[in-house]
Amino acid sequence: MTTILDVERIEKSFGGVRAVQGVSFSIEAGEMLALIGPNGAGKSTCFNMLNGQLRPDAGRVRLLGQDITGLAPRRVWRLGVGRTFQITATFGSMTVRENVQVALLSHAHRLLRFWRPAPEHFADEADALLARVGMAEQAERACGVLAYGDLKRVELAIALANAPRLLLMDEPTAGMAPRERVALMALTRDIAREQGIAVLFTEHDMDVVFAQADRIIVLDRGRLIAEGSPAAVRANPEVQAVYLGAGLVHG
Amino acid sequence: MEDLLIQALNGLASASSLFLVASGLTVIFGVSRIVNFAHGSLYMLGAYVGWSLVTQLPEGLAGTSVGFWGSILLAALIVGAIGMVIEVLLLRRIYEAPELFQLLATFGVVLVVQDVALLIWGPQDLLGPRAPLLRGSTEMLGVRFPRYELFLIIVGPVVLGLLWLLFHRTRWGTLVRAATQDREMVSALGVDQRRLFTSVFFLGAMLAGLGGTLQLPRESVNLQMDLAIITEAFVVVVVGGLGSLPGAFLAALLIGELHAFGILILPRITLVLVFLVMAIVLVARPHGLLGRASAPSRGAAAAPDPPIGPTPRPLIVAGAIALALLIAAPLLLRDYEISVLTELLIFVLFAASLHFIMGPGGMASFGHAAYFGAGAYGAALLAKHLGAPMLLGLAAAPALAGLLGIAFGWFCVRLSGVYSAMLTLAFAQIAWSVAFQWVEVTGGDNGILGVWPDGWARDKSVFFYLTLVLCIGASLMLRRAVRAPFGYALRAGRDNALRAEAIGIDGFRIRWLAFTVAAVAAGIAGGLFAYSKGSVFPSTLGIPRSVDALLMVLLGGVQTLSGPIVGALAFAGLQEQLMRATELWRLIMGSVIIALVLFFPQGLAGAVQKAWGK
Repeated sequence: MTTILDVERIEKSFGGVRAVQGVSFSIEAGEMLALIGPNGAGKSTCFNMLNGQLRPDAGRVRLLGQDITGLAPRRVWRLGVGRTFQITATFGSMTVRENVQVALLSHAHRLLRFWRPAPEHFADEADALLARVGMAEQAERACGVLAYGDLKRVELAIALANAPRLLLMDEPTAGMAPRERVALMALTRDIAREQGIAVLFTEHDMDVVFAQADRIIVLDRGRLIAEGSPAAVRANPEVQAVYLGAGLVHG
Repeated sequence: MEDLLIQALNGLASASSLFLVASGLTVIFGVSRIVNFAHGSLYMLGAYVGWSLVTQLPEGLAGTSVGFWGSILLAALIVGAIGMVIEVLLLRRIYEAPELFQLLATFGVVLVVQDVALLIWGPQDLLGPRAPLLRGSTEMLGVRFPRYELFLIIVGPVVLGLLWLLFHRTRWGTLVRAATQDREMVSALGVDQRRLFTSVFFLGAMLAGLGGTLQLPRESVNLQMDLAIITEAFVVVVVGGLGSLPGAFLAALLIGELHAFGILILPRITLVLVFLVMAIVLVARPHGLLGRASAPSRGAAAAPDPPIGPTPRPLIVAGAIALALLIAAPLLLRDYEISVLTELLIFVLFAASLHFIMGPGGMASFGHAAYFGAGAYGAALLAKHLGAPMLLGLAAAPALAGLLGIAFGWFCVRLSGVYSAMLTLAFAQIAWSVAFQWVEVTGGDNGILGVWPDGWARDKSVFFYLTLVLCIGASLMLRRAVRAPFGYALRAGRDNALRAEAIGIDGFRIRWLAFTVAAVAAGIAGGLFAYSKGSVFPSTLGIPRSVDALLMVLLGGVQTLSGPIVGALAFAGLQEQLMRATELWRLIMGSVIIALVLFFPQGLAGAVQKAWGK
């Protein structure tokens, strides 16, 4: 097993609020790691420090041994980190295929070309990625008019365009119907296994977490309070106390 | 020492007037998010209406304090009412429209008001009476200072105080402040937005009217007052922070004093100074001195542009026919008509270059004439001082414009929205000031004359063909670039900056490059313009020229690639015809613009595209 991401005691404060305090963990290739915790636990802050949107006050983030702490998101992406957002972020004025093509063009350092129309670049590669996420039929449609669940799939295809070693997915299934959620995460899991991609995701839906995660880390008030297999985390009394509550234990 | 004191007091007096106008502008923007270009017109109307009231007073009141001050207040109220009418008839219908369309509509109002004022009050400067009770001067610290100026100095802080009370001590004021922070929320709480907006407009217009009518005892009333004050008011509002009253007051003081002392210390660069300060403030504090980033508008998020798709066949055919007609044109037309057509082609490229950053780039430039003018001056300066041949001049034009684009663009593309647009305006004014005030090199207001094409291109049709090749060629290259990966990278940053960054796109660099490319293209147009006119004047890079470009792009439609071409032809053609046919071309032009905004919000090409799609 290769360690893809290694996070070492990262910290972040906003004013007097210590949002993340000394959190450490790592992810292996092909592994699905879920980051869970109650609202305000520091999940999003933690997440945004990994891809460079926020700079940690202290601590190190290493990707395949290389220090990427505080690098701009676009540089982190260049090193092989794909990202999807809690609220889908796609290019509304482009078709589904063009969305993926732009990511492929960027990956190939071909954005500063002024002559051949963009739709003629990497069309086949884009279609292959879209087929992998089940969006091939909708390649010609404008992203601005897609259903939300479909947008999530497009985002996944975009995130896969640079052949990433690590996928960061912030609440990947928020706003989707329950059946779609499981399907999307099962798809992600297949792709991750197949291509040896490490996946870190935050999630509120415990069905998705316990069904799809290989390992779970639990954050509470900025601190890591538990780490382990779904079964171990489920049985952890501290987790039950602060987060899962009685419902899950008895239900 | 005495001079300094007098200048300081003068500065304070102009700061007060400036604050009155700027406060209205900033209150209106805060609530309605409309950048009201017509605010200067309301100021001018205040002065005219006040003049009429004061000079037409009935027997018993003429010359009395009651008559004078009553007229001043009544004029302000009348202008407030006019503002309300504008809001109800026009602006209310376009609150959901893109920012730039609202700006376009208010600019239509500017044009209409100019001609209406011309019709009612005539072209001559009007002199108002002195203010009763405040005639003469007072001795202060050993200096004689006009009483009326002292009165004005007090008016500013008093109005600020009254507005503060209004906004913090009344229910209405609380609602206005709430709407300034988050208007969707206020609406969701059941507040009648229409009445709130209309009343805010009344207040803002009244303040502008008051500012204008209070100028009566100070200076003559004329038709140039509107654009003169609006640029300064924009500067004040932006420097202070959009929507912030204390910010506007602070900025008015800063700008007023800067003017006053600038004249004393650095008379040569006073004009540059003001805009330089604005540029520095915006770079250091992107939301102005006391401004804050406004909550993003949720409800009115515009639908994304449609995907570009390949050029439809009928459009290719139409383009080919148009090109064939253009090639045949010199054989059929007289010299004058060929010149007009040459100019149209130049404007097509000018508009296309602005569209490049406005459409795919999503950045509005209020100062695109700077690069057009830089091209024109680049060519003219080379011709005049070095006697360079025309082709060298035409090569220098885009080079100089491009350098300017690199320099100015580096600042402008860092900011967004209205602030970025205002920074482009500031830089354009700096460029204009240099052309206007550096008389030894640029000839100042007299311009540079005798910039004629070389012998081989002096024939009107030869120059026309040269223009045709360069302008259509460059426009098509820009179109090509929009469809190429670069255009997609540019649109990616506009559509979703977060996603663009997350796939490795350096938005700043892409936008900066696009800005420079647009400047180069505008420079080509400017160089050709210099040779086609035979002369260059500071007006080539003035605000009206920048507004022309904006109008062309918006008329044609920002979302379509053919928009700028259609818009340039429609605008320049219409203006040319109207100016020849009637004295009142502004009235008609303004009405046409307003009608277009109301009925064709996607522009002409957009409307055609939509009709085609059905």
